[in-house]
Order: sequence, then C-alpha cells, then structure tokens
Amino acid sequence: MDKLEAKNVNVFYGLNKVINDVSISIKPNSVTAFIGPSGCGKSTFLRLFNRMNDYIDIFKMEGKVEIDGKNIYDKAIRVEELRKKVGMVFQKPNPFPKTIYENIVYGLRIQGIKDKNILDETVEKSLKQAALWEEVKDKLKNSALALSGGQQQRLCIARTLAVEPTVILMDEPASALDPISSAKVEELIYELKNNYTIVIVTHNMQQAARVSDTTAFFYMGELIEHDSTKIIFTNPKNERTQNYVTGRFG
Amino acid sequence: MPRLKEKIIVTGLASAAIVTILTTIGIIWVLLSQTIEFFSDVSLFDFLTDTQWTPLFADKHFGILPLVAGTFLTTFIAILVALPIGLTIAVYLNEYAPKSFRKIVKPLLEILAAVPTVVYGFFALAVITPFLQMLIPGMAGFNALSAGIVMGIMIIPLITSLSEDALFAVPMSLREASYGMGSTRLQTAFKVMVPAASSGIIVSVILGISRAIGETMIVAIAAGQQPRLTLNPLVPIETITTYIVQVSTGDVAHGSLEYRTIFAAGMALFVFTFILNNISYWVKKKFQEKYE
Ligand SMILES: Nc1ncnc2c1ncn2[C@@H]1O[C@H](COP(=O)(O)OP(=O)(O)OP(=O)(O)O)[C@@H](O)[C@H]1O
Ligand SMILES: [Mg+2]
Repeated sequence: MDKLEAKNVNVFYGLNKVINDVSISIKPNSVTAFIGPSGCGKSTFLRLFNRMNDYIDIFKMEGKVEIDGKNIYDKAIRVEELRKKVGMVFQKPNPFPKTIYENIVYGLRIQGIKDKNILDETVEKSLKQAALWEEVKDKLKNSALALSGGQQQRLCIARTLAVEPTVILMDEPASALDPISSAKVEELIYELKNNYTIVIVTHNMQQAARVSDTTAFFYMGELIEHDSTKIIFTNPKNERTQNYVTGRFG
Repeated sequence: MPRLKEKIIVTGLASAAIVTILTTIGIIWVLLSQTIEFFSDVSLFDFLTDTQWTPLFADKHFGILPLVAGTFLTTFIAILVALPIGLTIAVYLNEYAPKSFRKIVKPLLEILAAVPTVVYGFFALAVITPFLQMLIPGMAGFNALSAGIVMGIMIIPLITSLSEDALFAVPMSLREASYGMGSTRLQTAFKVMVPAASSGIIVSVILGISRAIGETMIVAIAAGQQPRLTLNPLVPIETITTYIVQVSTGDVAHGSLEYRTIFAAGMALFVFTFILNNISYWVKKKFQEKYE
C-alpha cells in the first residue's frame, strides 16, 4: 500500500487557488523530492500532510489526503496525534531557546513521559541517528542556540526523530546551510530512508538528484510530472519538466 | 535664510533637552541635600533598623521599615493579581484570539490603563473592601489587601501589553516547531512561547512592580495611613508614597525635621525604582541578542 496519497486536491488561500487538482502517491521508505519554481505551491502541498496549513485563517482545502489509507482531514482525526506520526523539518533551523537535551525531549515531555531513563535513551539515540551525538554529547546542558546553523538543523532533525514518526516532511532543510553542513544533512536523509518515508522540498537540482528516489515537478499549482528521479532528470515526458531540470527557466 | 532657521530649530531642540536634564538634576539635588540634612539628625542605622515610624508624634521614631513593609505588601499583592491575569490575557490574545478580536481588546485595555487612580482607590474602598469583609469577617475597613488587589487590576494592562509584545516577537518558526511535534495550543503557549518571551515578561513584571511601588492614590484612599511593621494584609498600613502625601498636605512646618522625613522617604523610594528600572534595562539588554 502507498504510504501517502493525495487525491484531486485543491487548495485556496482566500479566493486564490494555489493547488490545482493534484493527485500523488508516495511509497513507504522512500525519498520523494518536490521541485519547481518559487511560488508554485511546494510548501503548501507539503504542509497538507501534517495539516500545518490549518492555522492560516484563509486556507481552504478540497479533495482527500491519506496516510496509510486513512483520510487525515477526517473529523475523527486528532491533529496532535497525526503530527506525532508525521514529523517536520523547516527551512530555517528553529531550535527552542532551551538546552540541547530539552530540545530533544520536548516531544516526549508533551506526551507526559517523565521517566529519566527513557528520556536519556531517546536523547542519545536520536542524536546518534542525526549524526550529532559525537559533537554534542559533552554539552547536552548547553543552549541549543550556541550550536552552528548546520548543527542546529541536525538537532531539529533529531528532535523530530525523537517522537518516532513514520513520515518526515522537510521544507528546504539545507538551503540555509553551508555546503559541508548541507552535505551532512543529505547523507543523513539517505540513511533515514531505510526507516522513514521522507518528502523533501528543494531548489537544488543536484540535491534532488542525489537524495531522492522519485521526484515530483510542480508548476503553478499543478503537478506536472511525478516519476523516478532518474527519469525526471534524464528523460522526462513533459517539456516543461525538461526545461526546468536543465535550468532553462525557473 | 534656511541656515539661520535651522540654527534656531536646533537651538530650540537642544534647550528642550537641557531643560529636561536640568530638571532631573534639580530634583536629585533637592532630594539629596534634604536627605543629607535629615541624616545629620537621625542616624542611618536607626533609619534602617528601627521598627517604628512615628515622626509626627511626641515619641519620635524614624525607622523606615514599616513604610517599606507596607509598600512591599501592597506591591506583592498587586503583582499576585496582575501577573496571572495579565499574562493569561496576553497568551489568549496572541495564541487563541482571532485577529479581529485582538484589534478590539487592545485599545480597551489602554482605556483601563487611562482610568484615573483616584477612581481605582474609591473602587477599592467602596466596592472591594465591603465585598471582602463579607468573606473575611474581622477585616479592617482600611487594609492592604483591597488596595493591593485594585492596584493589581490597574497594572493588568501594563503587564498584558508588554507581555503581548514579547510573545508577538517570538518567531513564528518556534510555534510551528512545537505544533509540528504534536503539541496542543496550550502546550505550545506555555512550554514554548512563554519561556521564549520570558525576558519581555520579566521586564513587564519589573515595570509593574515599579508602578506599584510608586502608586499613591489607591493606597492613600483604601489602605489607611498607619505605619505598621506587618505582613498581615487585613489591617491598615502605610506606604512610602502615602506618607509623603500625608506630610506634604498636612501642616508640618517647612524646614523642620518632620518635614525633611519626606525627603528621606522619597530617597528610599527613588533608590527602589532606580534599581528596578536598571534591572529591567539589564534584562532587556542581556536577552535581546537571542534572536539576533
Ligand atoms: N499564508 C499564505 N497566505 C496567502 N497566500 C499564501 C500563503 N502562503 C503561500 N501563499 C501563496 O501560495 C502560493 C504557493 O506558495 P508556497 O509557499 O506553497 O510556494 P513554494 O513553491 O513553496 O515557493 P518557494 O519555493 O518560494 O518556497 C504562492 O503564490 C504564495 O504567494
Ligand atoms: Mg516553500
């Protein structure tokens, strides 16, 4: 079964239609890249999967979005439960102004978990998963804001992993980072794919080509083409896709 | 001649600034010189340790402690009222209320802040005290509790407004991070937003304390004017400010020792608010870098 599925989705901000009849299915344990020119609706579409657009007053959605075959916009769905399953990493690293340790355990604390052993274990495990453990293991009680941008972003990934989601949404997770940090995050995504379903928005074509299994090209609110990354970058069916991936526009 | 015009304007502005500075220097000078003279009659040690303040009686004592106690008691009660309510309103406005509601409530709060304190004082004496007396038999007609509560109500807009600004300044990305991990709105508000805005909230409390310490009318009307070294909120007390009013409006001879007590008391008040304002300035500076 597909892990994520959108069926005939339309999104409006007020009267402005920004997603137009998009359907897509995404397989479990894969990395999918969303690419397309600025303003084409990548972020908006990504944020449908954890209902992050719900807080925008003028947001309106039509169609179906399913995770594991369940419509997540169903009235019976608790959005907090959904978000524990579907983690998100943002463009700008956004650690809380708390210690490294407290950043990681935040998601557990809000679930009421107090057992120190569990918290300690989670911190170590998540930081190791995010390839940050060696760098910070001696300063877990230091402020997360004292870390470098790249470290902060890996901390944010670790923080997301700590809640044990099955899906991770990433909105340009490396665009604010230097090349070395960016490479580290990419490596990480590659590792994580074994256990998670990852969707990543990126403007970086090489990055999309390197980390993703399938790529979806969006243009002006429409999904133009979704196929294996290899095909999208070497032999796309649509001319617009061709033009975009070869850098002829956008 | 635009050059001349400019010169006149600049001179005007500069003299306005100089007048302000001179006034401040003047105030401090008077305060200081009178205080020094006061301490040539009364020892600083007595002033700080004597437990009675009776300058207007035959048996004179000059211990500032009862006035300080009265001041801090009413201030403490005021903050106890104003912080939870003010912060709750700020969180509600920032995290829950629709934008339109926020636009209506903020100006209403400003109105609450513009009510003359004499009205608050009357409200304390005529409404709150009788009400509390029904709940607490034996409470005196003048007391620190009513005055403190009403002072707290008066400070709510200040706390709300400043805390709301501080919450508003917390980047949206932190809120999203919290929601993204499955927090409810309430958890996001109190586990992420309030801690992230804590420096601004602390500043609002310090300014609230400053305001409460300096508040005069409410305490003068509702708290009685009996200097008393106590932390019991149910009996009449006197604060530093009300003592100053009492003497300034009474018939104490200018230049006498009794008269100079108000400068010593005023100096104590000045020292307290000066320290508080500096702490709030320091807190603001110290934590400002946080979001670069
Ligand atoms: N909160 C909002 N309110 C109104 N319109 C919005 C809002 N967020 C996005 N939009 C509009 O929706 C469209 C899609 O925006 P979105 O952020 O999804 O694009 P994007 O593909 O992620 O762009 P970028 O690559 O620049 O991040 C744009 O036209 C944008 O102006
Ligand atoms: Mg975007």
